[in-house]
Amino acid sequence: MITAVLRRVGAGVLVLWAAASAAYLALLAAPGSTVDAIIGDGADTPGIRAQIIDEWHLDRPALVQYLDFLWRAAHGDLGRSYLLQRPVSAVIGSQLVPTLKLAVAAAVFGLVLALVFAIFARRLTSVIGLVLVSTPPFLIGIVLLSVFSFTLGWFPVSGDRSFAALVLPAITMGLPIAGTLAQVLREGLDRALEEPFAVTARARGLRERAVLTRHALKHALLPAVTMLSWSFGVLIGGTVIIEQVFGRPGLGQVTVQAVNSSDLPVVLAVVILAAAVFVVINTVTDLAYLLIDPRLRRS
Amino acid sequence: MTPPLVRVEDLTITFHLPRRTVEAVRGVSFTIEPGECVAIVGESGSGKSVTARSLVGLAGPGARVDAATLEVDGQDARRFAPRDWRRLRGGFAGLVLQDALVSLDPLRTVGAEIAEVLRVHSSRSRSERTREALRLLDEVHVPEPERRAGQYPHQLSGGLRQRALIASALAGGPKLLIADEPTTALDATVQAQILKLLAERRSLGDTLLLISHDLAVVSRLADRVLVMKDGRLVESGTTKRLLSGADHPYTRKLIAAASGRRRESTAEPGPVVAEATALRKVYGDRAVVRDVGVTIRRGEIVGLVGESGSGKTTVAQLLFGLVEPTSGQVRFEGQRFSGVPERARRPLRRRLQFIAQDPLSAFDPRWTVRRIVAEALPRGESVTPVLERVGLGGDVLDRYPRQLSGGQRQRVAIARAIAPRPSLIICDEPVSALDVSVQEQVLDLLAGIRERDGTALLFISHDLGVVRDLADRVLVMQDGQVVEQGTSQAVFEQPQHEYTRRLLAAVPTLEVSA
Amino acid sequence: MTIALTGPRAVRLRSLRPARPGVVVAVLFLLVALLAAAWPSLFAGDPLRADPLHVLGAPSGSHWFGTDQLGRDVFARVVHGARHSLSIGVSATLIAVGTGILLGLLAGLGHRVADEALSRSFDALSAFPLVLLALLFIAIAGTGTTSLIVAIGIALVPHFARVVRAQTFVVRRAAYVTHAVAFGATRPRLVLRHVLPNVLGPIPVLAVIGLGEAILLAAGLSFLGMGPQPPSPEWGAMISEGRGYLHIAWWASVLPGLVVTATIISLTVVGRFFQRRFEGRELA
Repeated sequence: MITAVLRRVGAGVLVLWAAASAAYLALLAAPGSTVDAIIGDGADTPGIRAQIIDEWHLDRPALVQYLDFLWRAAHGDLGRSYLLQRPVSAVIGSQLVPTLKLAVAAAVFGLVLALVFAIFARRLTSVIGLVLVSTPPFLIGIVLLSVFSFTLGWFPVSGDRSFAALVLPAITMGLPIAGTLAQVLREGLDRALEEPFAVTARARGLRERAVLTRHALKHALLPAVTMLSWSFGVLIGGTVIIEQVFGRPGLGQVTVQAVNSSDLPVVLAVVILAAAVFVVINTVTDLAYLLIDPRLRRS
Repeated sequence: MTPPLVRVEDLTITFHLPRRTVEAVRGVSFTIEPGECVAIVGESGSGKSVTARSLVGLAGPGARVDAATLEVDGQDARRFAPRDWRRLRGGFAGLVLQDALVSLDPLRTVGAEIAEVLRVHSSRSRSERTREALRLLDEVHVPEPERRAGQYPHQLSGGLRQRALIASALAGGPKLLIADEPTTALDATVQAQILKLLAERRSLGDTLLLISHDLAVVSRLADRVLVMKDGRLVESGTTKRLLSGADHPYTRKLIAAASGRRRESTAEPGPVVAEATALRKVYGDRAVVRDVGVTIRRGEIVGLVGESGSGKTTVAQLLFGLVEPTSGQVRFEGQRFSGVPERARRPLRRRLQFIAQDPLSAFDPRWTVRRIVAEALPRGESVTPVLERVGLGGDVLDRYPRQLSGGQRQRVAIARAIAPRPSLIICDEPVSALDVSVQEQVLDLLAGIRERDGTALLFISHDLGVVRDLADRVLVMQDGQVVEQGTSQAVFEQPQHEYTRRLLAAVPTLEVSA
Repeated sequence: MTIALTGPRAVRLRSLRPARPGVVVAVLFLLVALLAAAWPSLFAGDPLRADPLHVLGAPSGSHWFGTDQLGRDVFARVVHGARHSLSIGVSATLIAVGTGILLGLLAGLGHRVADEALSRSFDALSAFPLVLLALLFIAIAGTGTTSLIVAIGIALVPHFARVVRAQTFVVRRAAYVTHAVAFGATRPRLVLRHVLPNVLGPIPVLAVIGLGEAILLAAGLSFLGMGPQPPSPEWGAMISEGRGYLHIAWWASVLPGLVVTATIISLTVVGRFFQRRFEGRELA
């Protein structure tokens, strides 16, 4: 058990290290000098250049620079955005909450909708799922916006001031997730309902609905959990576009602005943050697996 | 006189599949009286399972069930609504399927599975249900019921699992117990225990409907036997009458296959072909093979028997040079075959061939039969004569393996194995996946190859009957060791080791009265 | 087992398989889209000609999809946009498939250490948001069509590499490879005759489905302004440009969006159809 936990933590640290190193490599690979890359479209003065060289230890050997970068990243110091004149951690920290709110709301909505589809409308799921997965999320957002905000006026057009402002973005992001998840759940249910244990359960006199909820659903949840953890990646990526559509503050906006103005320190920090989210989600997924499937609990 | 539990007349079951319609059962009639044990015997595709399942309305989705009479528990089941069927399931009839590892929900505890039946069919409280589940486990002789009830199916041995499955089928106090291949996935010794349990249920007055492909298993328990083939009932009668004089040729064929037939040989053993000395294979901290030695001579068939986990397949891999022994040595045709690089083995490779249990996975799915066999032949030789030798015509030449029947596939596998004229063929459970009547043909084929070519065979099987019919010498393996070896006659007629005796006693045999 | 179990499975396969008319419609739609990309003037006029008198005009006989904020014909722009969007998608998919096969085989056939390192990175990267991977690349290489193509290609590599690696492992351990050893096959021979054909067989079908993903991603990124720059017609960019006039002229944004959706659905339907056929052939 302890070795399993240690291995889990070790793997997580490894992923974070890989992400940080990849980000650092990307910085080195950027055209122009490293200083130019860090400045981006920000003000370019000799003072700022000196400050960057000092902060990134650019006058020291490459290995020292790299190790120092890792050391600072491990302590949560992700550098400074010279464009915004603020520490990167402050830039990201201030925008983290609205994005998390959106991601969690979308995931919950997607999961609930997927369960409803998979259990109550199994025949329809493959068609609905196909359409939802194939539609660009921003198109869904635009249509929802034009119908419910512009035409009917039920929800605010932009911002993040009220719960109402969260509804449309969460639906927009949740729909594609629901589409994928419902398909996975449905396939899992179909497979489980064909298994011999489902026949045994029916032979006990259980109703079909009871065979589904008491036996098959748990089996179908296993692949769905994997899918849900994957969809968090989609969510984080999705915020980049959805926050644009709905004019919401958040990490997505920060990322797009940073990419547009070549503010590399911020982009790299977002990448490392996403890796951290990935590690957390993966750990939760593994735990969920152990909870659901006793066969995996062996030592 | 009490009415029959089940009365079926002219039962027809049709499956409407996407592109075709399959008549799985055609015009079958039978009755089951209270207290008797009826068996349905047939090979795969005979419709025996579907027939049994239709008695509880579980013939399967897409199935259309028609009958002149379908009386279950005295009621006309032809007009049953789903809720009528549900009342019968578990209450009137309990169902036991083949492999408890998948027939019990692997994500729920054994106790919960048994208690579920009580939840549906009684108004007992939760604690009463738990107590009843423990009582049922005790009734089917599961030791330490308290501990076992809290465990999951994968934590139980095959035998205990199957007992738990039977307990769950008994929980609703059914008048009829339907057992569909209840012992097929089990080792011989465990199979014997489960059969004993079923016999015990019968002596307690339970009515049994037994479904099996194995006439020998059935003959131990059943009062009456129904023989099915291709969806039709070809013959029925008391077990005694069928065994002493069956009318239908198909039944006689099944009986002949189940009682076995010794294939004697005139071939004299020649020089040593392969020799393994003091083989030992350790995986992690587990010794899978311990100090195994075997010598195989030209023209000889050596049987290697053992239950699952005995290490017999590892021995095959060691001899074949797929796995390197931890210690010990393999020599083939006088040359070192283990502990050398694959390059050194390659010139000898075509002299040593292999036939596996599952021929489908042994063929590249993208290759036709022609290409598969041609690869094995010396360059320029024609494929047709080899196929003829295994009884296949030219019509299979351009087919893909998946387009062949199980028997045809195994014949192609044999053709491929004999094509390079090897001196030794290792056969790992070559007939286990085949229907009994096909098994016989394949065994004849293998015996003929030894007789004509003088090819040596190492025949690995869990099925002692098959080994007895074919092998000159036998090695019995248990826990990675050879516990007994000798000529077939000696081992089967005067077994020395206790384990061999236990194995032999467990083998269901058919006692055909003349 | 008996028919009781094969029956429902067959029924299930049918219910999952896209309906046949659907496949036909999808194929037709894709053919038209390809034709439009190859020869746009066959279907519509100049995508850049602005008609100031018909700004934001509703769909009509002369302008099937209406006009945009500059009075340009939306239908003409969608047709001409097919060239941009499809070629971006196809090029990106080719990059992803090519690199994916190479890395996947390297992991699947190479040394254990190489496999461990590569497959760990594939796993981590494929769980990583595609948009972020692409954006990271664009942040460094700058915006533009080439950069967009490479960015999407790189983002999709882990997916293909994983599939190829997994398939390689399955084939390598397959019993028929063991049997080829029995005939003295050397390693290169094994790889060429058995492993490669069986590993690469399903790739074209996966590539078709992957193309849908690439087009979706491309639309998203050009929606953010990272793709071909105005005034060149590109589907994602058109949706973005029309967004500001949504409350008075929904068509300028929604209709191009529906074309994107239809394209991706068609690709998925066709891809899955062949995938099922392929699997069915393997199983039956």
